Amino acid sequence: MVLIKSLFRKKPVDLLLLLLTWLSIVLAAAVLMLVVGYVLINGLPHIRPSLFAMQFTTQNQSLFPALVGTLMIVGLSLILAVPLGVFAAIYLVEYAKRGSRFVHIVRLTTETLAGIPSIVYGLFGFIFFGVFLGWGLSLMSGSFTTAIMILPLIMRTTEESLKSVPDTYREGSFGLGAGRLRTVVRIVLPAAMPGILAGIILAIGRIVGETAAIIFTLGNVARMPNSLFDTGRTLSAHMYALANEGTHPGEAHATAAVLLIVVILINALSSRIARLIKSS
Amino acid sequence: MNKTNKYSMKNVDLWYNDFHALKNINMDIPPNEITAFIGPSGCGKSTLIKSLNRMNDLVEGCKISGSILLDGESIHGNIDVNALRKRVGMVFQKPNPFPMSVYDNIAYGPRTHGIKSKFKLNEIVEKSLLDAAIWDELKDRLKKSALSLSGGQQQRLCIARALSVQPDVLLMDEPTSALDPISTAKIEELVIKLKTDYTIVIVTHNMQQAVRISDNTGFFLLGELIEYGNTQQIFSMPSDKRTEDYITGRFG
Repeated sequence: MVLIKSLFRKKPVDLLLLLLTWLSIVLAAAVLMLVVGYVLINGLPHIRPSLFAMQFTTQNQSLFPALVGTLMIVGLSLILAVPLGVFAAIYLVEYAKRGSRFVHIVRLTTETLAGIPSIVYGLFGFIFFGVFLGWGLSLMSGSFTTAIMILPLIMRTTEESLKSVPDTYREGSFGLGAGRLRTVVRIVLPAAMPGILAGIILAIGRIVGETAAIIFTLGNVARMPNSLFDTGRTLSAHMYALANEGTHPGEAHATAAVLLIVVILINALSSRIARLIKSS
Repeated sequence: MNKTNKYSMKNVDLWYNDFHALKNINMDIPPNEITAFIGPSGCGKSTLIKSLNRMNDLVEGCKISGSILLDGESIHGNIDVNALRKRVGMVFQKPNPFPMSVYDNIAYGPRTHGIKSKFKLNEIVEKSLLDAAIWDELKDRLKKSALSLSGGQQQRLCIARALSVQPDVLLMDEPTSALDPISTAKIEELVIKLKTDYTIVIVTHNMQQAVRISDNTGFFLLGELIEYGNTQQIFSMPSDKRTEDYITGRFG
């Protein structure tokens, strides 16, 4: 307090800025706590074993099929988009001529793709995967669509983290007579791993939170998918349906709480995996 | 210098796009001696040393002409650039250990060139660290991250790393410019010891360093090799006015 008083006398503007930054921190944290707290307080009391029944019925309002659908969509689209996005970024940063026209065009395209509203992806996925390829409303249509959605995100974040790896590491490796491939795989990728992982976590968040594109391509049927070409729903779509009907607000909140916990678990799991890759 | 030269450069010119960075360099580097390149910033000394193991290949828009022979063989001809860099080790201006353990830093080079045997790798790691005079400091910390070492230790680790692939030549691009005087002294002592087994080329900003450790000195200015010869001679009786001005501190 003494410090603040003396600061107020000597440099009132500094004090004002200090208070503003404090206020921003408190506000940012408070908003997050408010949302998380609200969801948990309203959701947790409604969590009961029958919510995790294998079959959805109008009595139990089970979220389990939606939980399985969410995990499958996340898993499948990551399998599709992560290798493609990471390899594309490696090409752009490590192999392509810096500042070439081709790189410029690819970058412009990915940036544009990243800014397109998800409903547009949904419509495209519905027409291309669902109708043109005949996959209908299915896990396949859904995961390919979300994969396209997150591809630019993964490319951009991977590119940025590759670029942030100091060139001195590359020089050290080349200087020992290592080729480009070995340099990228052994030196650059491990060093860029935390940044790549951050991109993947953002991508997971985007898939999990998606409703419009999912309802267009996966559908919104509350049952356990039998195959990759079967329809289903995700937790977000489940919440949307419950909230839309308005008859089961408690279950909708419970679903939100489960969704929140699932996201936290997936993030923890991905950082564990990344650490394993790094140490091996 | 009439014995068989390690490096022999004839009419070497180098451009970075339109910038003429090296102008008609003719220079022979004798084996098992220390050759120092001195000169003010931007004079081309770093560019030349990076041409000796073709690190300039990585620079966009870099063109080189003339001939550089290593043991009588052109380094631009029918030679694998990775094999060249295995023969010609490099130590950089800023210590650049990889973000991994001390052991893995040293083992990276041999592993790159196909050595898998744990026994052999252990042997190489120990020998390289011994040769770089840092074994006693690091033998109990082989599993620790190399980034936790001090700057001077990191640089000696990088020297050990360069030695791990058994090169003939060691190129050092201002290896002590980021270090304190005590670490610098240790590295200078090490470099003098290493010349019995290696040919050493060192770029330095520090003229006293060139006097202390080198056998031959080349003075560069604006991309030209102004004067080259025995270090004692260059520093006691330079034949070119510009060399004299530089070593007496009139510019640079």
